Amino acid sequence: MKSKNIKNVFKEGPISSEFIGNSIYKHQSKTSIGAHNIFLGQVRADVVNGKTVSAIEYTAYQDMANQKFHDIREATFNKFQLTCMHIYHSLGTVKAGEICLFVFVSAPHRKVVFKALEYVVEEIKAHVPVFGKEIFEDQSHQWKVNN
Amino acid sequence: MQITIKYFGQIVEVTHKTEETLEVSGNQIADVLNTLQTKYIKLKDLGFQIAQNQELVSLNTKISGAEIALLPPFAGG
Repeated sequence: MKSKNIKNVFKEGPISSEFIGNSIYKHQSKTSIGAHNIFLGQVRADVVNGKTVSAIEYTAYQDMANQKFHDIREATFNKFQLTCMHIYHSLGTVKAGEICLFVFVSAPHRKVVFKALEYVVEEIKAHVPVFGKEIFEDQSHQWKVNN
Repeated sequence: MQITIKYFGQIVEVTHKTEETLEVSGNQIADVLNTLQTKYIKLKDLGFQIAQNQELVSLNTKISGAEIALLPPFAGG
């Protein structure tokens, strides 16, 4: 049965450092939290056959992707004692050096957040239908594949 | 059966569209794949998974009539 109350994880364009900083700020009122852990995925300027990646254009099967993000969130809360968790992923163009994935987990104590964060990120990489077109400086492209 | 099929990523470079409704004869996902590979011969060169009703399915899964999507390798993060 698919839940109808599913959050939209996607944001158009890069995730700004202001947005990330503001997310941290918002948690300062949640004083049962003693440990945060944050993963930031950044677009890398890979060099392939002498050509440098200047940006990635992200697209997604959004309905399925948001359902998968939701499933990952549920599984993570079942597996780890977290206070809260937030996931944001970019759509559209994200330039090299900009942030395309922001995962934020929080718990009363530190040990659980290290394990939980790795679990969430690996699940996203493996199971969420997001596609990345790597644009080179000469406007040619190749398709990114997670490994 | 009339089936709505969605295309993503590199697949769109072959189909030149992101969605269409096709008549598929047969009752398994393999029949959908055959129909598509006949229409778009270059699909045979691409790696992808198939989702039905937003869940990954195998070739012998029965066609339900729900939306089908061709999903190239994931690249999130």
